[in-house]
Amino acid sequence: MFRTQYDSDISIYSPEGRLYQIEYAMQAVAQGSTALGLKSKTHAVVVTLMRSSDELSSHQRKIFKVDGHMGIAISGLTADARVLLKFMRNETLHHKFVYGSNLPTGEVVSSLAMKSQRNTQRWGRRPYGVGLLVIGYDGDKTHLYQTSPSGNCFSYYAQAIGSRSQSARTYLEKNFKAFPELGLEELVLHGVKALKESSGKETLTKLNVGIAVVGKEQKFEILKPNKVQTYLDQILQTEGEIEIENENENEKDEEAETLELKLD
Amino acid sequence: MQPKKKTLRPIVTGSSVLGIKYKDGVILASDTLGSYGSLARFRDIRRIVPITKHTVIGGTGEFSDFQEITKILRQKIIENQELVESGKEEDELLPSEIHSYLSRVLYGRRNKFNPLWNDVVVAGFEKGKVHMGTVDLWGSYFEDDIIATGYGTYFALPLMRKAYKKDMERDKALEVLRDCLTVLFYRDCRTINRYVFAEITKEGVNITDPVEIETKWEIADWQEGKL
Repeated sequence: MFRTQYDSDISIYSPEGRLYQIEYAMQAVAQGSTALGLKSKTHAVVVTLMRSSDELSSHQRKIFKVDGHMGIAISGLTADARVLLKFMRNETLHHKFVYGSNLPTGEVVSSLAMKSQRNTQRWGRRPYGVGLLVIGYDGDKTHLYQTSPSGNCFSYYAQAIGSRSQSARTYLEKNFKAFPELGLEELVLHGVKALKESSGKETLTKLNVGIAVVGKEQKFEILKPNKVQTYLDQILQTEGEIEIENENENEKDEEAETLELKLD
Repeated sequence: MQPKKKTLRPIVTGSSVLGIKYKDGVILASDTLGSYGSLARFRDIRRIVPITKHTVIGGTGEFSDFQEITKILRQKIIENQELVESGKEEDELLPSEIHSYLSRVLYGRRNKFNPLWNDVVVAGFEKGKVHMGTVDLWGSYFEDDIIATGYGTYFALPLMRKAYKKDMERDKALEVLRDCLTVLFYRDCRTINRYVFAEITKEGVNITDPVEIETKWEIADWQEGKL
């Protein structure tokens, strides 16, 4: 994308009918580190890669609880995410106070979409530079939604956002048909494997991988680092097994060669 | 000086509403009278009304406020239908949610010293079970298996408590209600002998047309051979 004369204000359309400011805001989301979500019939999971700006600082948290049955993973401007998070927490709390029940995920996401759209059509405001993956469990169903600065929101079986998310998305596209019937453990494993696809040169550790789950008889919970490590171990173990198999095959080839020589 | 624009005292009033849970659901009952003080003025009003396919409310007290509550709740249902994504009926507001919402409304009004002068029974079917409870003009909320408002709390509740058994049969539940309604007709001066029953099961709501219940008014002393 290059600068054009139609991108200086949110209220200016380009001749092709695009609003560049919104697209630039979506770029901000694409610059954030990877966050992905996936769901089965009973559980919904988000997995994130947490960046740290340097060795001395802590890793930037990307997963937040909204209510007992709902949470979000963010990608983009963290400060903007905090504003939307506060809004969602307020909506869910208000609903609980008035109706005595959990606010359905779809309803809060709709409100969020309306709120985001307002900022694309108002003087002096800018779009929120953050994309959310919202997971929730209500009405005996799991939910996964993506919201974006444009105000669009969609429901997904699985989705990844942020930098290098395409690799994760490819993995999810290959495997999502199996997700509905999976148990929680296998679902999380798929999520971590998908994250590995987009991790690039960064090694996944219990400090920079965030996992959260929600579902039937499972309140929204951000997994502790030690629990995260168990999933990472399982991924490494599978890879290690493949490596050992490859080594054994190589050894067999060497043995065969020396035998032949001996015969000679 | 501005005139007072808040509730001062109830003018057209409804008497008791009774409710009892049974094996397959819940039955509410009330008479069809709107009293104007001691005058039995409006003799065919409905003090038990449906709100959704699975919820009814019944009202004691100021009848105009009950009509207002009906309007408020039905409007809320419509608003909620627009929010709910699926458009499916089972995703509309549950009886317990309606009950909770109403208690917030009534409590808010009482805090402004402008109450909706009612004692409302909310009953319905959700998630395979019955929900029944009451909210009053002060915003007090509670749930129970047997409910009575107005004079019913004094005359009917003790009788219902004695007769109530968990998962009782439908006929037994109706018998208890008819008995209590009869006692109320004898003892409560602001009642008439014309009743409506509302039954809620998992199939939905069924409100009967008005019926009469037999009562005896002979003076025992003046009967042959009785004393």
